[in-house]
Amino acid sequence: MSVKSTITAQFQQVAREQDRTLASLSDELRLVQSGLDSLSFAIIVARLEDSLGVDPFNSTEAVDFPVTFGDFVRLYERFAK
Amino acid sequence: MPSDSLWGSINHSGLSRARLHGPRHLIELADLAQATSLAGARAQLQGKCVLLLTRDQLTAALALIELDGVARRLVLCPADLAPEHLPGVIADAEADACIVDAGTAIGPIPLPLQVRATPELVRSELPRERSYETEWVLLTSGTTGAPKLVLHTLASLTSPLDPGVGPAEAPLVWSTFYDVRRYGGLQILLRGLHAGSLVLSDPDEAVTGFFARAAAAGITHISGTPSHWRRALMSGAASTIAPRYVRLSGEIADQGILDSLRAAYPQAVVAHAFASTEAGVAFEVRDGRAGFPAALIGNPGPVELRIKEETLQIRSAGTARCYLGARAESLQDADGFVDTGDRIELRAGRYHFMGRRGGVINVGGLKVHPEEVEAVINAHPWVRMSLVRARRNPITGAVVTADVVVNAASVAGGSPPAEAVLARELTDRCRRSLPPHKVPAMIRIVPTLEVSPSGKLVRPGA
Repeated sequence: MSVKSTITAQFQQVAREQDRTLASLSDELRLVQSGLDSLSFAIIVARLEDSLGVDPFNSTEAVDFPVTFGDFVRLYERFAK
Repeated sequence: MPSDSLWGSINHSGLSRARLHGPRHLIELADLAQATSLAGARAQLQGKCVLLLTRDQLTAALALIELDGVARRLVLCPADLAPEHLPGVIADAEADACIVDAGTAIGPIPLPLQVRATPELVRSELPRERSYETEWVLLTSGTTGAPKLVLHTLASLTSPLDPGVGPAEAPLVWSTFYDVRRYGGLQILLRGLHAGSLVLSDPDEAVTGFFARAAAAGITHISGTPSHWRRALMSGAASTIAPRYVRLSGEIADQGILDSLRAAYPQAVVAHAFASTEAGVAFEVRDGRAGFPAALIGNPGPVELRIKEETLQIRSAGTARCYLGARAESLQDADGFVDTGDRIELRAGRYHFMGRRGGVINVGGLKVHPEEVEAVINAHPWVRMSLVRARRNPITGAVVTADVVVNAASVAGGSPPAEAVLARELTDRCRRSLPPHKVPAMIRIVPTLEVSPSGKLVRPGA
């Protein structure tokens, strides 16, 4: 499974669990318009740390906070190498 | 000064037939009238402040019986007292003597008088007069940091005992998973000595062996923490004893463990009690339901309960007098109430424990009490126990996660569901009864959870 497909699956899973209507996941989709709340993102980040072995937000490198879904995926792709 | 020492009051209750069952020794209390376990050193310990540092609980119990009214102060150190805390305990207690046994392994002890005790009795007359109103000092079971020293007297320790509990027609046989040097265990030791016999546990003994000894002694009453009881139910040995009374204390008794014990011991009263080393025993609930009736709050009586800032406070004759030591804080407030630090919440006419003040997980500014989530998870028939904790999170500061131990055999029968299925069922269950921030983001199935020597689930950072 690619990093992108893992992330996509996790977004869908958490949206289902949290009863949220998820917008179509294009690279340009702004995360604030994804339909997910901060608790959903918190859960996604925690689970991705388990499945991909990285938490880019807690790295020693400075990271730009992702604005779009594409930014989010690229951030994980960079750290998951 | 109470007229009776511990030995005197045991004799007044007419129970010279009472027995103390250690893992390897059986003591007939009547024999203690003309015998000693202290190798003839009792006179030297007169007026001393004595640390009990034996490994063996039976030896410690015998020393308590022999030295109450003789020593000025008795300091009850559980066998797991860490060596690095010994100097602090000696200083705070102003100790000048100690009792050790062959198993004492705490390193060099900087005390001038060290008496080696054994459960092998030798002939000696036990004095009946009290020379001192001996102070009893208990150590609190903090999971981190140095233990606090809590000062009681025999009168405060025995005040929760029901005066109606005298020599019964058929003597009671008590037992406890607790170390009798901790408050919960000491309560059972005092009950056992005044109302029948007592079977002592041993930290190196498996539940199977302990229950075999308890069954052989004809056990009728037994106490432990919910964690002790979960371990017993997992051992497969639960059915080897048939008590009439099962008591839980020391941790929150949730509905899951109460129901499991009701199913395992249908003939027994399953009671859960609230007590702490500092506050004493507050109450006992016998209706098999989690929490306690709201009517107990504000009731005048020997034990008074009140709520301040959602936290339970207690005042009674069973309350400890003070903490000992140079840096001791005050134990009671100006009105004599002890703050338990345990948060409670009213739901449908009953108060439920919500966990310790300070044990709260903060998820994006919303509070989660781990125990509240554990209670929901533990109600699942395939769950034996669980630990809910915070996991650091860059978005909300923390999220809630749960580690779950599966029941090997559920009362429902069959075999446990696959791990992924169980985790999903538990998530669904939490989602139905809890707001979203309290639902664990991750549920892990684990083989075991760590339980401290005091019988409580080890909470990280607690």
